[in-house]
Amino acid sequence: MADLSTSLAGIRSPNPFWLASAPPTNSGYQVMRAFAAGWGGAVWKTLGDPIVNVTSRFAGLNYGAYKMIGMNNIELITDRPLEENLREIAECKAAYPDRAIIASLMTDCNQKSWHDLINAVQTVPVDGFELNFGCPHGMSERGMGSAVGQDPELVEQITRWTKEAATVPVIVKLTPNITDVRYCARAAARGGADAISLINTINSLMGVDLETWNPIPHVDGKSSHGGFCGPAIKPIALNMVGDCARDPAVTVPISGIGGIQNWRDAVEFMLMGSTTVQVCTAVMRDGFRIVGDMIEGLNNYLDDRGIAAVSEIVGKTVPRFVDWNDLNLDYKIVANIDPATCISCNRCYIACEDAAHQCIDRLVDERGETTLKVDEEHCVGCNLCSMVCPVDECITMVRVDSGESTHTWRERLSVPS
Amino acid sequence: MDSTGVLGPPMAEPMTPLDVKVEANRCLNCFDAPCIAACPTSIDIPRFIRRIAQGDLAGSARTIMEANPLGASCARVCPTSELCEGACVYAPDNSPIRIGQLQQHATDWLIADGRSLFAPGKATGKRVAVVGGGPAGLAAARQLAVIGHAVTIFERDELAGGLNTYGIVPFRLPVDVAVWEAEQVRRLGVEIRTGVTVGSEIPASALLSDYDAVMIACGMGKVPKLGIEGEDAKGVWDALDFIRLAKMDGVVPGLGDTVAVIGGGNTAIDAATASKRLGAPHVTMFYRRGPERMTAYDFEFEFAKSEGVEFRYNVLPNRIITTSGCVTGLELIRTDPEGTARPIPGTEYVVPVDTVIPAIGQLKFAGLLDAFGVSHDHGIAVVDGEMRTNVPGVFAAGDCMFRAGASDAMVVEAAERGKTAARSIDVWLREGAH
Repeated sequence: MADLSTSLAGIRSPNPFWLASAPPTNSGYQVMRAFAAGWGGAVWKTLGDPIVNVTSRFAGLNYGAYKMIGMNNIELITDRPLEENLREIAECKAAYPDRAIIASLMTDCNQKSWHDLINAVQTVPVDGFELNFGCPHGMSERGMGSAVGQDPELVEQITRWTKEAATVPVIVKLTPNITDVRYCARAAARGGADAISLINTINSLMGVDLETWNPIPHVDGKSSHGGFCGPAIKPIALNMVGDCARDPAVTVPISGIGGIQNWRDAVEFMLMGSTTVQVCTAVMRDGFRIVGDMIEGLNNYLDDRGIAAVSEIVGKTVPRFVDWNDLNLDYKIVANIDPATCISCNRCYIACEDAAHQCIDRLVDERGETTLKVDEEHCVGCNLCSMVCPVDECITMVRVDSGESTHTWRERLSVPS
Repeated sequence: MDSTGVLGPPMAEPMTPLDVKVEANRCLNCFDAPCIAACPTSIDIPRFIRRIAQGDLAGSARTIMEANPLGASCARVCPTSELCEGACVYAPDNSPIRIGQLQQHATDWLIADGRSLFAPGKATGKRVAVVGGGPAGLAAARQLAVIGHAVTIFERDELAGGLNTYGIVPFRLPVDVAVWEAEQVRRLGVEIRTGVTVGSEIPASALLSDYDAVMIACGMGKVPKLGIEGEDAKGVWDALDFIRLAKMDGVVPGLGDTVAVIGGGNTAIDAATASKRLGAPHVTMFYRRGPERMTAYDFEFEFAKSEGVEFRYNVLPNRIITTSGCVTGLELIRTDPEGTARPIPGTEYVVPVDTVIPAIGQLKFAGLLDAFGVSHDHGIAVVDGEMRTNVPGVFAAGDCMFRAGASDAMVVEAAERGKTAARSIDVWLREGAH
């Protein structure tokens, strides 16, 4: 049994799986259920001045028969009084002292407001704070959430204010709705943040109803942009996490967020530099019970590789996430189609023919049977054929260069790195 | 008219909306898909499935019906495991896309919607007579009407649709589906004259002189006689007459408890399963060879077994035993198990039965072909690849030109031959006719 315990800037939890600040962490009842299911930590739904919500609030992105490969929401921060939330936080912490409870915070952009909120919340035993600088909808129109998270100077300033008052670690949650996430990550570090978490949700409009022509989701016929999350945003989140992890000026640990559905996604985020991971959409779809699979899956993965502790994998892929200029131009792979497992759907053929480099030939033998053959001389190794193939391992990408030479664009142009 | 449920639930229930969504989205959308090549009418199957998945049921139904004017009945009666589904790239994994059921979903939508997908073409002034309103005749008429030729179908029965209407058990193909397909053709301006027999009421010569082209799609006739004692007794049924009565009336008077079906084809299976559904507790099929030689499709065979039909192999009917003109027993004789179907003297035995249903093929309309001057081989019209007979301007398609062994007498084959004949007739009308 591998050691799954984690410590993010001193915030300890028995496993790296935290619930993100979101609807599933809205109440003590829910967090109790989550901890009973095995979640290592929970970032409480953002505390601040209670707001008024609208109905409806969520919408799902479906693909084919798959529901909710993404979702967005226009729900705001907690709509319950601070005292009520604090009492429930204390109850949860008392019932599950080994779990991490992090209070997500959002308030007006002045020192006193932040000091007051921090001091009020610190009256109960929270393990850390997470500053909600990322919420893209609603609150941003009031100068909060991503409105501050998009301005590095404000990020640094507010972080500094919170550190003046906080007696527990402060995590700054970053918005992806920005040109380059590293600027705000560096600002958080300069401001004294103990860790960063990313990404918050992405600005989005889920859709338009073809019958009514209403935007989706709609509130009495109208809608507003909402925060997009779920599996569809994982590549965006992973890129931003990786960018922060490899940036020398981002000197703090990372809690990774964005489309994590299972232990496999979690391992990817950890390899890319996340010490813990936060999950929301997967729970909104399947409930807290999924954490059992995540814990066991992660443990089995580590055990199978003889890795004693989950902390050992954190950041292991980061050195391999580089600028394009540092990629080896001499590396050459070509597609190889295994005729034994090919089911002759010809999806690779038409994809290559219409969208890539016309490097798969359909050969017809004397019996009229068609076989597919890769024109290795012209194949550019783009991977597209293997991506559209429905059979795992039927199309593999085979290395054909000597493997001995390395030549990058940076070297070719002698561009200083 | 709606015979759904007359003899119990359909072989395959319609798919639920959830099932449709999952199944339609499971289709891989193969390029140059093998299912298309395996469909005699070359329906663009991935396209119609894609359109279901995208919520364009009208587009889906159009894709089906454009390629196959009998697309609604074929969705139900096609031996899909031998055709499209057998060719599906998922078939080796025992999980082919359920193409037939998805096709039924799309065509059921069209039937319920009621819209017409096709319009008659600009009138060409040419007239075509089609003898027989079954699948081949309807398919040809649809194609010709869309081009703009004036078509008259001469149908001897009261309803158009041929075997689809009368000859296939309702739990495989309800009457209303077959009639709906004929109605789609009628809506294109095709005149369907029912209850008239060409050859007797209307002489062949009249059609030859009154029309610019004639298409013979008369199908086949009655089940031939067994040629044994007792065959004219009460309780002996021509399998097609039996199925027609069961389908149209839902009852067969005097059926009794014990039914013997003679034959091993799909019509024999239909007669046997219909007997079960009519309430006969003991239904047995007697076949002269072993099970491996039965011409019924595997899925039909399995269905019959699941309905409780029993099977006896390597036996021939030898004599029908009667009392006061009614069937009381069937004497059988065992045949050479090597598969030659030769009887072995001295192996006779008698089983008590109330009803005997021979289903050993169908007679050919040689006389009708003679009346048109069409060459035939023992009643099977001789045509070229374009469905042309030896008589200029006279074409033939459907069961009347099918040769045993050359191809299966499937509805979908008849539809395709009908389409081919229509193309050929159009060429004749534009180039050959005077």
